[in-house]
Amino acid sequence: MLRLRPGMLRRRLAALLLAAAVMPASAAGPASPERRSGYAFMSSETRAMQDDDAANPGMLWVLDGEMLWKAKAGAAGRACFDCHGDARASMKGVAARYPAFNAARARPVTLEERINICRTEQQKAPRLAPESRDLLALAAYVGLQSRGMPIAVEIDARTQPFAEAGRETFQRRQGQLNLSCAQCHDDNWDRRLAGNAVTQGHPTGYPLYRLEWQGLGSLQRRLRNCLAGTRTQAYDYGAAELVDLELFLMWRARGMKFETPAVRP
Amino acid sequence: MARAIVNLPASARRGEIIEIKALVAHDMETGFRRTEVGALIPRNIVTRFVCSYNGAEVFRADFHPAIAANPYLAFTTRATESGTIACTWTGDNGYSHTESAAITVA
Repeated sequence: MLRLRPGMLRRRLAALLLAAAVMPASAAGPASPERRSGYAFMSSETRAMQDDDAANPGMLWVLDGEMLWKAKAGAAGRACFDCHGDARASMKGVAARYPAFNAARARPVTLEERINICRTEQQKAPRLAPESRDLLALAAYVGLQSRGMPIAVEIDARTQPFAEAGRETFQRRQGQLNLSCAQCHDDNWDRRLAGNAVTQGHPTGYPLYRLEWQGLGSLQRRLRNCLAGTRTQAYDYGAAELVDLELFLMWRARGMKFETPAVRP
Repeated sequence: MARAIVNLPASARRGEIIEIKALVAHDMETGFRRTEVGALIPRNIVTRFVCSYNGAEVFRADFHPAIAANPYLAFTTRATESGTIACTWTGDNGYSHTESAAITVA
């Protein structure tokens, strides 16, 4: 039997309640044994493709990213490498913590946005367009350094309002089909939609190679696909709604294994 | 940035059957798609893949428009001698890319 000193239980309860107040657990919270990556829904052939670096087409972008990491860019004539050094050490675990709070912007930013902040402010180079080959390549290369690590997005007082906004977007019915994300990905994840697995919507491996796209794409591209599927006017790339949703989803997947560059059907 | 990944064992015993995996970055534009205004997007595909082992051809494949972007091939050959295995993809618009890997045969 566990014996507790008087007051200890109360303090623990208070701590628990505080944690719950910061972010109440969602239906598919981390305590749920049923939390599954999209990987678990794939055919053995597609899994084999992701697992073998010689067959995973995402590695082509990683190779590009490795080259770009060392390429000098912009008026400052600096490469990522000149400040950050070897990405294998300096970028380990970084992608698994994004979206993360950015003090200058006073809001969370995605990894892609963080790369663009570095480009414009440190390298004095033009922004890379959303979904451009170079931006995806750098994100994939940085992402690879966190492969196999647990997703570690945490919600604190600064990011909580944004995560709450993301949760609200996740649960709000919208579009001509009047569907919320949660209606598929929390309530019906074990069913199929037009022959495809619905999945729980954990963003464990972005940017990822989607066979349907025949290319690499970001989480925002995937979210915009889902929005189009529910016949919703999709938010623009980089829109606050998408970043907040991304933050909420990464928090919802916290502790799950990071798989970048993943392969999905 | 033409990129390709050629993967094979770094060393093998003489006579052993080795697997070669070859992946190349290519859009494989079919030539059947149209733009929003109806103009045909010209075909741009890899048409031929050749793998040579110390200069001697060991595997060849013709590619056609139905093959996916970033085509991947896996095939086997017999390890005969130490040297270089070179994979060359050629295609439309003068596309050509070669990627090599070394093998040591004991």
